[in-house]
Amino acid sequence: MPKSESRESHAFRMSRRKMMKGVAAVMGALALPEKDASAVVWESFFQKHFRELKPEEMQKVLARLEKEYSGQFRKAVKVRATPPREGVLYGYGLDLSRCIGCRRCVYACVGENNQSRNPQIHYIRVLQLEKERGVDLEEAEHYYNPKTVPEKGHFYMPVQCHQCESPPCTKVCPVQATWKERDGIVVVDYNWCIGCRYCMAACPYGARHFNWKKPGLPEGEMNPETHYLGNRPRPIGVVEKCTYCIQRVRNTPGRYTACVEICPVGARKFGNLLDPESEIRYVIENKRVFILKEDLNTRPKFYYFYAT
Amino acid sequence: MKKIWEFFKGTLVLVSKGSKAYYTWMFSLLVLMAIGAATYAHQLSNGLIVTAMRDQVSWGFYISNFTFLVGVAAAAVLLVIPAYVYKWKPIKEIAVLGEMLAVSAMVMCLLFVTVDIGRPDRFWHLFPKIGLLNFPQSLLAWDVVVLNTYLVLNLVIAVYICYKHYNREEPNPNFFNPMILFSIPAAVSIHTVTAFLYNGLAARPFWNASILAPRFLASAFCSGPAFMIMLFQVIRKYTRIEIKNEAIFKVAELIAYSMFINLFLLGAEVFKEFYSNTIHVAPMQYLFFGLKGHSNLVPYIWTAMIFNVTAFLLFLIPQTRENFVTLNIGCVLIFIGVYIEKGMGLVVPGLVPDVLGEIYEYAPTGTELLLSLGIWATGLFVYTLLLRVAIPILTHEFYVGDDGLKPVIVDTEFIRRSGTLAPSHKD
Amino acid sequence: MKKERMRRILAQAVAAAFLCLAASGAPAAHKEEGTPGAKKGAAEPHTPHGPQFAVPKPPFTPGIFPCSDCHKEMKPNPTRRTLTEEHTNIVLNHAQGQRWCLDCHDIANRDKLRLASGERINHEESYRLCGQCHGDKYRDWKSGVHGKRTGMWNGEKQYLLCVHCHNPHDPGFKPLQPMPTPVRPESIK
Repeated sequence: MPKSESRESHAFRMSRRKMMKGVAAVMGALALPEKDASAVVWESFFQKHFRELKPEEMQKVLARLEKEYSGQFRKAVKVRATPPREGVLYGYGLDLSRCIGCRRCVYACVGENNQSRNPQIHYIRVLQLEKERGVDLEEAEHYYNPKTVPEKGHFYMPVQCHQCESPPCTKVCPVQATWKERDGIVVVDYNWCIGCRYCMAACPYGARHFNWKKPGLPEGEMNPETHYLGNRPRPIGVVEKCTYCIQRVRNTPGRYTACVEICPVGARKFGNLLDPESEIRYVIENKRVFILKEDLNTRPKFYYFYAT
Repeated sequence: MKKIWEFFKGTLVLVSKGSKAYYTWMFSLLVLMAIGAATYAHQLSNGLIVTAMRDQVSWGFYISNFTFLVGVAAAAVLLVIPAYVYKWKPIKEIAVLGEMLAVSAMVMCLLFVTVDIGRPDRFWHLFPKIGLLNFPQSLLAWDVVVLNTYLVLNLVIAVYICYKHYNREEPNPNFFNPMILFSIPAAVSIHTVTAFLYNGLAARPFWNASILAPRFLASAFCSGPAFMIMLFQVIRKYTRIEIKNEAIFKVAELIAYSMFINLFLLGAEVFKEFYSNTIHVAPMQYLFFGLKGHSNLVPYIWTAMIFNVTAFLLFLIPQTRENFVTLNIGCVLIFIGVYIEKGMGLVVPGLVPDVLGEIYEYAPTGTELLLSLGIWATGLFVYTLLLRVAIPILTHEFYVGDDGLKPVIVDTEFIRRSGTLAPSHKD
Repeated sequence: MKKERMRRILAQAVAAAFLCLAASGAPAAHKEEGTPGAKKGAAEPHTPHGPQFAVPKPPFTPGIFPCSDCHKEMKPNPTRRTLTEEHTNIVLNHAQGQRWCLDCHDIANRDKLRLASGERINHEESYRLCGQCHGDKYRDWKSGVHGKRTGMWNGEKQYLLCVHCHNPHDPGFKPLQPMPTPVRPESIK
């Protein structure tokens, strides 16, 4: 595994801790009032990178976030940091012979993952393409709006994060705020991201989105079951993306992602690539599969296929 | 220590005294800087939504300015190389002014990056050890390292030279030469790293061309020195600094060669895209001719092309190069031409059409323009401050007194026509 | 969420019913190949014909089932014709040139469906009927690759019957109204 994607060495952590302690001591010496709000601001400002948090620090961070979100959305919000499961590598299949472009996946995702409604953020973008031209992205229609779908002569290709095995986005992040987890999901630490948007320039699939404004998430529509690296409410000025519903799939047993469950035609397939009995393996082994922009060698774990 | 403190106090006296023109200039810059600061406060409280950048075009005017200014900063090398490496007298005395330009340009670059990122409160995440710098995998991490190194390097060199002259001593070559020599690859490195950060993105075919780094360097060596040529003429008119015509014409000649390379490389790019005619021609099509009815950038890029070619000819032909009217026209044309071509003409077509074929026409908002203006004003302000100290030092009008401690300031009138300057006091 | 739970309870009830049937004297069960979905999740009872799938109830029009309520007293008429007295709302648009009602619905017992072999099956197993002609879809469906599935990717999954999405008399998937387009970037303020 590349060095930058492995956990920090113990020695590194020690020196950083010492440094942070020193800084914190100096700050403490400024004798700030011990009010809750300022203490929270202080803690969140100095919060370490997710992968460097020790278990008890992690618990404190999660508790702080739960308190913050529960207060903000006036319901009991849970923030978990469920680790990846052993022997699992998530794969996704999308049946292009079935997708009708109804966009129900787009909005199911929005509801499950607590995306900002205003300004609007969608993790999934459904493209309408002409059957005659095939997959020609320069001629894709994003804003189709007929009375019913599918429209004659067209087919539909939804695009979302492909959770690449060789992600170009994690390579370019200057602060390692985004990385690929052991189970294959590419995640973002929203409390570490500095919002430089280099990853957005690097992604060939347009999968990453930025919070240009404070996200507008109505409390009535907020999904309180959240994961630290997934669907917890994001702050302003950070990048976010599809995480294969990390809050669902890492549970025991793991639920399907929201988009898989909502698809009315069953065009979406999800499972463990390392399990020879899974649906996704069946798809890869038996169907005509293709990868979008395969020449870029990003090795996505998102497989478009034709079931028929 | 006391000496340095006295020197510093002396510089404070210097910068606060000057002619009416100086005060007017500095005051106007301060006003623009204040407007910029207020605009930034507005952007901080509302978020980057106040710009025209969106998911489809996630980098815009700020990064365009940043890219252009990195080139200007790198171009200080153009003066350093002949001056110190070849010890070419006509340029040597004034090369320090080029290094100070590099410092000011670097300050502007860092400011542009700061106003562009979404969470400037998390800037400490970029520091190695305290934060988590993704070095060497991320080109942006490289950029952080080399840009700051270059800034510090040029600052140290410029301050060292000035301080030594102030003390009426010769700079110590053992300290000095290695730094000068190092600044040459450092200058090349800042612009190569900036080019590589675009170049390495396979997702953006407009940028993913090997020719990008050479083009960056070629265009950088046009823009920075053009600015210097105009500045030298101002300096030698209004201060006692002597700048020989030879020096200016030599720099202009070097600009001509750089522009030739720049135009040749551009031609190579254009040929490759339009002749091979793959789908990757779309961004260049958008830039030069418009795409599917969207043609925001077309008038700008053609203006830049005309300016660049005209300036190239003006610099190439000795008669026009050595005529100050045409020379200055050439400088202005080239500065604007490269600003367009390397700024918006590089960043925006890289992102249009986006990776899924969508065309979002980006045009900077008032907020972006005002804030950028404020940052340019800051850069000019910093440069003026540096010049205000360096020029009197170079003309022996600000130096340490005989007691070896208190500074002597001969002329507090900065920027006046040379005819009215008091007789110089050379020791 | 409530609907999902109810479906699951129903599915389990149906499965339990078949368990009893199967336990009460079925010969040695054999598993069909290539049914990864069947191996996982809740215990899959077997019949001589292969594994059962836990599916929700067939989407009958309310009141139509059991068919024998009306058909027990009626004399069956095997003549191929277009019905004029009853079931006139059903217009067959599914191989109507080759078949008619009683090729699939058992003539003697209307509560059952009829396979080509003559075997009678329940409506809960209607996928076996569809699978006779649509073998590739049937194989894909059994693997979980055809059709909508909900549940756990590594646990219990819910299958739907073919007829939950495809009206057996007019199976073409009907176009849906699309959900709203995304907001254009120019309009995001």
